[in-house]
Amino acid sequence: MISEIGKYLMVIFQAFKKPDKGSVFIKQLIIDFRYLGVSSIGLVAFISLFTGGIIALQTAYNIDNPLVPMWLIGYTTKQMMILEFSPTIISLILVGKVGSSIASEIGTMRVTQQIDALEVMGINPANYLILPKITAAMIYNPILIVFSMGVGLFGGWFSVVITGQVTSVAFVDGLQSFWDPFSITYALIKTVVFAFILASVAGYKGFTVQGGSVEVGKASTQAVVISSVLIIIFDLLLTQMLLT
Amino acid sequence: MIEVRNISKSFDGQEVLKNISTTFEKGKTNLIIGQSGSGKTVLMKCCIGLLDTDEGEIKFDGRRFSNLKGTNQKNVRKEMGVLFQGGALFDSYTVEENVMFPLNMFTDNTLEEKRARVNEVLTHVNLENVNSKYPAEISGGMIKRVAIARAIALNPKYLFCDEPNSGLDPKTAEVIDELISELTEKFQMTTVINTHDMNSVLQIGQKIAYLYKGQLWWEGDHQGILETTNEELNDFVFSTELTRRLKHR
Repeated sequence: MISEIGKYLMVIFQAFKKPDKGSVFIKQLIIDFRYLGVSSIGLVAFISLFTGGIIALQTAYNIDNPLVPMWLIGYTTKQMMILEFSPTIISLILVGKVGSSIASEIGTMRVTQQIDALEVMGINPANYLILPKITAAMIYNPILIVFSMGVGLFGGWFSVVITGQVTSVAFVDGLQSFWDPFSITYALIKTVVFAFILASVAGYKGFTVQGGSVEVGKASTQAVVISSVLIIIFDLLLTQMLLT
Repeated sequence: MIEVRNISKSFDGQEVLKNISTTFEKGKTNLIIGQSGSGKTVLMKCCIGLLDTDEGEIKFDGRRFSNLKGTNQKNVRKEMGVLFQGGALFDSYTVEENVMFPLNMFTDNTLEEKRARVNEVLTHVNLENVNSKYPAEISGGMIKRVAIARAIALNPKYLFCDEPNSGLDPKTAEVIDELISELTEKFQMTTVINTHDMNSVLQIGQKIAYLYKGQLWWEGDHQGILETTNEELNDFVFSTELTRRLKHR
């Protein structure tokens, strides 16, 4: 495991060197924005919308005491979406979609000698392939997560108002109650860390594949598993550091 | 000219290259031949810097390349073109983008200049009207030709070809051989080809190095190979009925 961490750090060290050519890096970054970020909008919107609705409905279902104010449904939905669901669960979903895609793309390039071709051209392949992906993920994921928060809260509002569980005024009142802007900062810090884990682990696993298509598949699975585990561990660590 | 001096390489204690010394000459097609496992791919990987040698040195026109790192290695690599066995074209790029790739990375030419150069090298390899196609949309022979075009886009001094004919039918293989040979002569490159293909050996082998169990067993040209009395080389070259008949003609 220590040797694996050492190899990971060496690849990431190579990746974080100055790009061979700035204009090529920017072009690659834009491709990765579209490929890793824009293509995930639909999935993130769908999951956030329905999960926001489910959280609000479950909260309403569990509040059957007339002494508990109904605005609490809006408040609980807001807290769950902002503090945990959007930054952590959406990041885990993106690990499955984006992380496996990065690992298999780079892994396939390795086994078909495309990375060797870059290397013999005198190009730093880790820098050319991994750095734009890490940068794109660290810039785009926070945008996706803020979008997810908005869509999730709308989903919560829509589901409880349409089913008559709570009035629109009470739900919005709950959203506005005990507003702490640091929640957003906390969520964004987590998202940036998770984005780095996602893209760097997937990039590393793809970059170091040896063998053929079976190994590419294994690397892709390992990238998802390792990133997910690290995200959960860092979620706990960051929560301890930032919220307590 | 590329000079290989006393190269040795081991993997997990098993010696794959044993004290190999040879030279690859400018303006000639230099072939490395040998059975599978004889060490020819390892020798080529050492030459292009994908593997470090354990002992010995490789010099490109007098410049020591083996075990170089960083910018020094990069500068020599910019003068190399490499044709990989499967072509190693970038799947997500079109033919034009593939050939333009080294120009984007290492020149400050305008898009028009780069496009003109791409068309020029594609014409050299007899490919036209395929600029917008992706590697998945063209044949194996065309992939090899695009890979050659990419390899020569920056006017390399040294061209390395790893099994350029693998997976090709005999006719297309001959076309690729002729193309490499013509380009070598025209641009006076030092071309090193790693091959199993006996047609290539007899047709374009201006200098041939035969590796046997990790050692340089024989050196000569395509005429010499027909007349050799070296037992191991004869076993390798004349292993098929067709080549045996050729020898006895």
